[in-house]
Amino acid sequence: MVNFNGVGGSTIMYTAHYPRLKPSDFRVKTLDGVADDWPIDYQTLEPFFAENDRMTGVSGLAGDPAYPPKQPPMPPIPMGKSGQRLAQAMNKLGWHWWPSDTSIATVDYEGRGRCLNLGHCTPGCAQGAKASTDITYWPAALRAGVELRTRARVCEITVDPNGMATGAVYYDEKGLKHFQPAEMVILACNGVGTPRLMLNSQSGKFPNGIANTSDQVGRNLMFHPYAFTYGYVDEPLDGNHGPPLCLWSHEFYETDKARDFVRGYIFQFGRGTGSIVEAITSTANGRLPWGEDHHKVYRSLLNRRIYLAAICEDLPEAHNRVTLDPAIKDSNGIPAPRIDYTVSDNSRRMMAHAHARATEVLKAAGAHTIAYDEVPNSGWHLLGTARMGTDPERSVVNGWGRCHDVKNLFIVDGSIWVTSGGVNPTSTIQALALYIADSIKKHLADGTLFE
Amino acid sequence: MKYPTLTDAEARDLRALAGEMIPASTTYNVPGADDDLIFADILRSLERDTADARTALAHLAKLAGGAFADLPADRRRAVAATFKQQGGAPLFALNRVVLLCYYRDDRVMRSLGQEPRPPFPKGHVVEQGDWSLLDPVKKRAPIWRRAD
Repeated sequence: MVNFNGVGGSTIMYTAHYPRLKPSDFRVKTLDGVADDWPIDYQTLEPFFAENDRMTGVSGLAGDPAYPPKQPPMPPIPMGKSGQRLAQAMNKLGWHWWPSDTSIATVDYEGRGRCLNLGHCTPGCAQGAKASTDITYWPAALRAGVELRTRARVCEITVDPNGMATGAVYYDEKGLKHFQPAEMVILACNGVGTPRLMLNSQSGKFPNGIANTSDQVGRNLMFHPYAFTYGYVDEPLDGNHGPPLCLWSHEFYETDKARDFVRGYIFQFGRGTGSIVEAITSTANGRLPWGEDHHKVYRSLLNRRIYLAAICEDLPEAHNRVTLDPAIKDSNGIPAPRIDYTVSDNSRRMMAHAHARATEVLKAAGAHTIAYDEVPNSGWHLLGTARMGTDPERSVVNGWGRCHDVKNLFIVDGSIWVTSGGVNPTSTIQALALYIADSIKKHLADGTLFE
Repeated sequence: MKYPTLTDAEARDLRALAGEMIPASTTYNVPGADDDLIFADILRSLERDTADARTALAHLAKLAGGAFADLPADRRRAVAATFKQQGGAPLFALNRVVLLCYYRDDRVMRSLGQEPRPPFPKGHVVEQGDWSLLDPVKKRAPIWRRAD
């Protein structure tokens, strides 16, 4: 599992690959007969995607046939040597590819410097070219008067006898307990943190956790099983210079009945790895020997690796869930989340398909020594554990993020996803948050916010 | 955070092992991982991996029947090969630190054609590439599935 706590949350620790969900993702039941439809659709979110692209600062290229029309505000990141090699391979195969939308500034943007191709996007960008919410939304919120209280660990959302949220109990950095009263509570702790907090918020009204009369809180945990395939070419390419992910392909995204799995995946293409990562991973995989041959073999690997990874759609299953661990607690005594997760046969077949197609791409790119790693329990996209829906018996929040059971409790993170799609989720999580915020404003204005 | 340090005997064995992992090379004009500067960096950088390193080194000493560093060269090589073959998480952690320190050494980086500097603030140049490669993709009809 990858969890990152800090101002900016998970947007500090991510690779800035920024695809949106697509229209079909919101109608999975209708189109493919599996899982459930979302109570909202792509058209509803479209203006919020656009607004989020502007606030975040997204680079990309308009005209991608894999999406309805959209206009990223900045030009795409460079293809580089690796991207060109992969693009030529995709053209040989006649398969879709396109420069990825990324949340990386390719020109100076809203006080952020342009990307310098530092290469270390995932753990944070020294230049500030990668959009993380500590440098995008938070400054705007602070200017608007929001108070940010750091090093606070919330352990419980409290309710009154009428079932309305009354505030949050939290520990400060010294371990002292506080209560923050609130007229309205909004959760944004994502697919593990949100159900953990809700399940720990037990009361006479909600003995199984706040807003959990449906018993859906914590269920339907979805990751994105990850099929990673790589190979080596005979000339040095980009290595770890530039944002690691440069192109995507949606060739295998939509359901094809000729395949042995339903739904699909995106390919994200990586330009290479750095010298230390190459040494460590190649030693671990037995490619890089100890002794005299080490130097010669290492020089045949360095900057010659290209890769592609499939982000496979993970369908919701009630038994994949977050619960509270009966024994393990954090330093404040809050029960730790316990994860029960099994990879489905559909996901396994999808990963096998992705490895086979990725091997074709790498061969077409002239790669040798092709290898793959399956990461079936890829716990970095955490989705689905407080899902949206119109039926209060089968979902936790309604179509605009309000808990069915607690009408002043809202959720704006990945836990409300009904299905996972086959793309990185950040863009859609943020667009959903904007949509829910806008819905709150509208319902506040017409007096229906808590009805 | 304070981490425990290796004993002198453990450090001697680790240095001998590092030299087996990555020996100096006159062909490529690079030091080995047992070089003074690199090994000092390894010792400084063990930090959270110290416990794993100790576990791995204890196993190495067991395979060697005593101090690994005192073995004759050919016997040392044979023990190192067995040690590597047996693998395990402690060895992985130890190996990771050796590689991390070795490949950030200025002399090694220069031999690989790299500038020995952090990426920031100068950055790197990545070529734009030939965007006309997209022409055949642009000619495709939309491939996204309508849902309305």
